[in-house]
Amino acid sequence: MVGTALFFLFAGFAIMCAISMVYHKNPLYSAISLVGVFISLSCIYITLAAPFIAAVQILIYAGAIMVLVVFVIMLLNLDDDSGPNRLKYLYTLGGGLGVVLLAQTFFIFYAVMRASNVPSDQTLSAGKTLTIGQAMYTEYLLPVEIVGILLLMAIIGSVMLARRLAQPQLEIVVERESELRNDEQ
Amino acid sequence: MEPSLASYLALSGILFTIGAVGVIFKRNALGMFMCIELMLNAVNLTFVAFSRYYGDTTGQLFVFMVMSVAAAEAAVGLGIIIAFFRNKQSIDVDEASILKN
Amino acid sequence: MEAVLKTAFPFMVITAGVLIGFQMVLMIVAYTVLAERKVLGWMQGRVGPNRVGPWGVLQPFADLLKFIFKEDITPDKSTKFVYFLAPLVALTCALLPIVVYPFGPEITSVDWSFLPMGLGEGVKALPLTIARIDVGVLFVLGITSVGVYGIMLAGWSSNSKYSLMGGLRSSAQMISYELAMGASVIGVVLLAGTLDLGGIIRAQQQSTFRWFIIPQFIGFVVFLIAAFAETNRTPFDLPEAETELVAGFHTEYSALKFALFFMAEYVNMFTVSMMCTVLFLGGWYVPGLSHVFEVGSIPYAVVSHFAFIGKICAFLFLYIWVRGTLPRFRFDQLMNFGWKFLLPVALANVIVTIIVVFFLNR
Repeated sequence: MVGTALFFLFAGFAIMCAISMVYHKNPLYSAISLVGVFISLSCIYITLAAPFIAAVQILIYAGAIMVLVVFVIMLLNLDDDSGPNRLKYLYTLGGGLGVVLLAQTFFIFYAVMRASNVPSDQTLSAGKTLTIGQAMYTEYLLPVEIVGILLLMAIIGSVMLARRLAQPQLEIVVERESELRNDEQ
Repeated sequence: MEPSLASYLALSGILFTIGAVGVIFKRNALGMFMCIELMLNAVNLTFVAFSRYYGDTTGQLFVFMVMSVAAAEAAVGLGIIIAFFRNKQSIDVDEASILKN
Repeated sequence: MEAVLKTAFPFMVITAGVLIGFQMVLMIVAYTVLAERKVLGWMQGRVGPNRVGPWGVLQPFADLLKFIFKEDITPDKSTKFVYFLAPLVALTCALLPIVVYPFGPEITSVDWSFLPMGLGEGVKALPLTIARIDVGVLFVLGITSVGVYGIMLAGWSSNSKYSLMGGLRSSAQMISYELAMGASVIGVVLLAGTLDLGGIIRAQQQSTFRWFIIPQFIGFVVFLIAAFAETNRTPFDLPEAETELVAGFHTEYSALKFALFFMAEYVNMFTVSMMCTVLFLGGWYVPGLSHVFEVGSIPYAVVSHFAFIGKICAFLFLYIWVRGTLPRFRFDQLMNFGWKFLLPVALANVIVTIIVVFFLNR
């Protein structure tokens, strides 16, 4: 009973925040709404007996990724989203896609409801940090290593992207240009 | 009483739909980025729900992988957005049309 | 009726625990503010506040009254909702970590069967923790990192350049130092083999050196420095540098909203000190106390609890001492120090710990 009530509370909050994220034109409001979604999802993970994933969800999504996004919004001092869209057909496309996906969702809902009810496994070992850690470093060692390499690549890539082009080179070009012009004159 | 597996899947589907529609409707790169994060989270929810109902750790491990990939994506994606803003003074994706004509 | 009461009883106990815990923490925090003014006064050859009550002990309440009666100003053209939300986020995220800390050992010697209607049936131990979760360390780190939003949103929504600068500085600073903090915690987690805060204290009791500060001294120093940066205290108080940014992110805040930020800063100091105590100083554990009192008895719990509070207060004094002693960093010095010195040292510490633990466990 309590579980159901909590689920509907957090699910409602998550959906409301998700809609408000898409609705708001101001990127900062969108970001705050998205943090709301993440936090309510994290609460749902706790009710699903996955405390490790819940904590990591808050730590990585709410605490690291969204802080970076908000930092970029503040750094670039972004205003509201631009006005009317130039590509009008996208609205029809988006609406159509939304309807199709919703229909699919309800189909899945009914199919799973009608199928034999899977009893939830009450052995709570699945969410324990120890079990996850053991699985991570024995059975799934290769994916973990690949993710590590991916993160290293991301670090190097973002440093390369954020690096400013060397300023002196530009000055030399300008000087050469002006020299050339002086010669022409 | 606990909510059934189907209700978790329904919530995940609704969140995914909102995210997918948002990617199409949003015009600014940060908004699209956030919608993609929402879709990733919807998928994570199905993983955790299945992991709970079948008592298997693998689902949660996949969530962990998805989160790591999302973090890498955030680092590179935000770097690209900043580089784009430096050139265009805007992050509207419609502005990224240099290759047109 | 009886069945309802039986179902509701655990919730009532937990609610009471939350109320008592938060109340005590807020009282300690209020007196930390007074202690800071007093100690700074003594260090600078002044007397400090001494007008309200004997030796000024009623000063916190006078301050609170003053905050309540001030005019609450909202700047024109600020985004009202975010402006209102920011202090709430800051204080909530500061207070939340309190629920997972063990304030003392379990009390096992009391027989709870005297409670009416069989409420005490089957109750073996009374833990002095509000919520025991498996991933306490990650929870605390996560909530701490969410706390940055309070400062960032305050800086953005105030519509003032000083506030925006303060918000930007603080978010950059907190993102940078969070990494060093997390890396310094890993060493302790490796030694303890668990993410549970109670488990870490138990692991320290069974370890050779009793307190993890001895094998993890480098981790301790890195954690302490990162903690000063995370709580925006001197010498890392750039977000609210009075002499450059007026007051940084809370320039535009007044009355109770300012009081919430002020409280959030001190509660943050308290929770970070608590984390440091649990990770490196053995939490409530006093070596040799089990020979004096029986483990699980009430006097053992009480003495351990006060030892815990005493260790935290020592850290709070350290905060005040450093504030009275050190000047402020420059921003580029801060960033260089965080990324080029603190983080590599923390990572090196992790690697050395991994090697040692690997060979010890073979």
